[in-house]
Amino acid sequence: MTALLDIDQLLDQMETGLRQALEQRGVQSPVLIGIRTGGVWLADVLSKRLGIEEPFGELDISFYRDDFSRIGLNPRVKPSSLPFDTEGRDIILIDDVIMSGRTIRAAMNEIFDYGRPASIILATLIDLGARELPIQPDVAGKTMALESHQRVKLRGPDPLRIELQEAGQ
Amino acid sequence: MSSVNTSGTSLKITGGRLFDGQGPEQQNTALLIRDGRIAAMGEAAARAQADETISAENAVITPGFVDLCCNLREPGNGQKGNIASETLAAAHGGFTTVCASPETSPVNDSSAVTHLIRDGAASRSPIRVLPIGAITRGLEGDLLSDMAGLASAGCVAVGNGSRGVRNARILRRCMAYAQTFGLTVMFSPENQALAADGYAHDGLVTSRLGLLGIPEVAETAAVMEMLLLAEETGVRLHLSQLSCGRSVEMLAEARRRGIAVTADVAMHQLVFTEEALAGFDSRFHVRPPLRGEGDRKGLIAGVRDGVIDAIVSQHQPHDTAAKQAPMAATEPGLSSIESVLSLGLELVEMNELALPDLIRALTNGPASALGRTARLAEGEIADVCVFDPDAFWTPNSKTLVSAGRHAPVTDRELPGVVRLTLSEGRKAWPKPAI
Amino acid sequence: MTANDSSPHHLQLTRDGQLRHFLTLDGLDRALLTDILDTADSFIEVGERTIKKVPLLRGRTVVNLFFESSTRTRSTFELAAKRLSADVLNLDISTSATSKGESLSDTLLNLEAMASDMFVVRHSQSGAPHFIAESVTPGVAIINAGDGRHAHPTQAMLDMLTIRQHKGRFEGLKVAIVGDVLHSRVARSQIRALNELGAEEVRVIAPGTLLPKDVESLGCTVEYDMTRGMKDLDVVIMLRLQKERMEGALLPSEREFYRLYGLNQQKLALAHPECIVMHPGPINRGVEIESAVADGPQSVILNQVTNGIAIRMAVMSMAMGGQVSERQQKLSERGQA
Repeated sequence: MTALLDIDQLLDQMETGLRQALEQRGVQSPVLIGIRTGGVWLADVLSKRLGIEEPFGELDISFYRDDFSRIGLNPRVKPSSLPFDTEGRDIILIDDVIMSGRTIRAAMNEIFDYGRPASIILATLIDLGARELPIQPDVAGKTMALESHQRVKLRGPDPLRIELQEAGQ
Repeated sequence: MSSVNTSGTSLKITGGRLFDGQGPEQQNTALLIRDGRIAAMGEAAARAQADETISAENAVITPGFVDLCCNLREPGNGQKGNIASETLAAAHGGFTTVCASPETSPVNDSSAVTHLIRDGAASRSPIRVLPIGAITRGLEGDLLSDMAGLASAGCVAVGNGSRGVRNARILRRCMAYAQTFGLTVMFSPENQALAADGYAHDGLVTSRLGLLGIPEVAETAAVMEMLLLAEETGVRLHLSQLSCGRSVEMLAEARRRGIAVTADVAMHQLVFTEEALAGFDSRFHVRPPLRGEGDRKGLIAGVRDGVIDAIVSQHQPHDTAAKQAPMAATEPGLSSIESVLSLGLELVEMNELALPDLIRALTNGPASALGRTARLAEGEIADVCVFDPDAFWTPNSKTLVSAGRHAPVTDRELPGVVRLTLSEGRKAWPKPAI
Repeated sequence: MTANDSSPHHLQLTRDGQLRHFLTLDGLDRALLTDILDTADSFIEVGERTIKKVPLLRGRTVVNLFFESSTRTRSTFELAAKRLSADVLNLDISTSATSKGESLSDTLLNLEAMASDMFVVRHSQSGAPHFIAESVTPGVAIINAGDGRHAHPTQAMLDMLTIRQHKGRFEGLKVAIVGDVLHSRVARSQIRALNELGAEEVRVIAPGTLLPKDVESLGCTVEYDMTRGMKDLDVVIMLRLQKERMEGALLPSEREFYRLYGLNQQKLALAHPECIVMHPGPINRGVEIESAVADGPQSVILNQVTNGIAIRMAVMSMAMGGQVSERQQKLSERGQA
């Protein structure tokens, strides 16, 4: 059983939220960084929507995950690519789903290894709650809660769609 | 010999399949043993009264096995075994006669050491021990040993153990001197200059694993040299521990020319190849090294055709540390004497060797090389082995008697369980209860 | 009949096919070798950052166990481990314990007490890392940093990374390995890697005294004449020649060797115009290779150093990862039982 959420509606919500956040903070020229894989697809869409011409960054957090001592190294790791200097920049960090907050912790650690950014705005497509760390998105396309047997997954990149999966399928 | 004195008592073995060490299989009616000799066979034995009767139903009865190449590690530091432990292991393997290699510590190059070995065997061995003397002093390959003295002390032959001979001139003089006294020389053929620092067959596996190789020509060149020198000096030559198919061909050719030469091969050379070293299994670091499949086939054919007279154990017990290191740093050799029969029976099962050929190469073949006999006949000394070819055992630290735990197979069952080993009519295996 | 099966690939892989030791390239398939190269690519990117360090092996102890000294190789392993945030201990055992007669087993027993997570082993005897991998406590990863004539898998993989960077592929490539193949652990690992990754032809070019027996069985062709052997080459790998080879009557002189098997511009011109020149180092200029070639536009010898760190980071993190995930698996199985 797969229920589709309306992706465009969520993207509209993210775009609006981001414009507000940028204005509030007085950020003039932000750069986008997407977390692989879903966050990269979203960064691509949002950079166009926000009219940011500077190419966006791609982050692979495999080397920063905190579960290495339980599951080992992700064999599909790809190089991160930040085609700009992060030092002193205002960054919009994008991921598809936020839950525990561990991915964002790893991503921020990695970003700091490239340099010291001026600020980071966190934007996610879906906020599922269930946080384990004190990390909150500044912008979320939708906030929802899942039953324990449900999973949500972003498929893409073309077309982008959201799948809600029932466990056991 | 055995501390349990059973002389004067009689023992009857009934049933089973009997191989007398030479001829074909016979149905055993009964075998009567009295005063250390085979007193009667067949109907006469069946009718006779005996103090003890053992049924050999489903078992095979053969002369006790004779091993031309065995290391008892005595004299030595004791860590690798001693006469008591290793001769009992031999009895467990069905052997009633073992030749003790001169490679002891100190080397058996004097009558004093020979007496030490014989005295040790007399008090602590359940089977017959025949010392081989060192042909050069300290086995160094430079100076002749007191061969006549060794012979009169009880050495049945003189040899170089498993060490090569680096100097053909010395080799020639060794042979000429031994020939003077009618001594048999037992040589393990290896050209030391060609073997150099090698420790594995120079072939596919060595190339892949980057091991240091011993080329086949290190053996074949030595075989040819020894055959020519034996022909010239007229010495009785026994080539020990062959590993190359090509050596067998040269041996057959020399025999055709009438050279008095016999030869043996270690059982593991008939079973394993260089592939046993894959994964750096130091256990299979043996000398001469395990070679290719073609060599293995050639050696088996040599045994089948009788060109190779004997199969030996080349038993080399070691302490664990000697085998626990990268291959180059380990000592060569397997703890093999308890597995010889079982590995041979596997060859029989795979139709690589016929059972009578296997038994000949373990009994009358090696005995003849020493000018002795190993036969089951009335009046012969009662050296007898009874084994069940269809029973299985797994060599491991519980079942092995030898101080060496590095048996060639330890992780699976092997066919062939020795039920009884009689040495001069006395029970050498199972170990008699005290 | 074969002996008990304990081939190296069982030893170095977990049940689900992850690396847990890195001893040899034997038994590692193309997918895994490609994973190593891909992971190394990611680490190359890490090396370009302001902070060239990732927290993967934080709190873990890596012991560089060098029974044969090699400052260069040890330094790249040390740097790799440090960039993975591991604590590193360098033990140069070549001069201490073993020369006093202590056995390798005893040395290992002493090291166990240090509660290390990984041993990077270099040893003059073939199979030593394999022996150590069989002897150490479960959970400790062993990385082979070169053993005897057997294998030097990280060196071979960094060469593969260099080739992939320049050629983009392995299919269809013609690669020659020139010089002392007999004594070379690097050559054995390279031949194996090139075959597994799909190179079209691996040629070894050397005189008969410097080739192992049945060398073709490793997966290569043999060419004695370098002029003929250079034809159509995409990659030429020069091996180091040790001076002591003259003493064992393997070669007459360095001069004759250089004339016949040294790489100069004239010989290089016989290869494909885009042929790259590699050398695992350190180079003997004028013995294996002419300076004009070593420093020339086709030489990629310096790239090999950067790639060395990345490859070592990749195999260290992959092997450690395999060890920890295996341990978790065993724990959870025990929990269920």
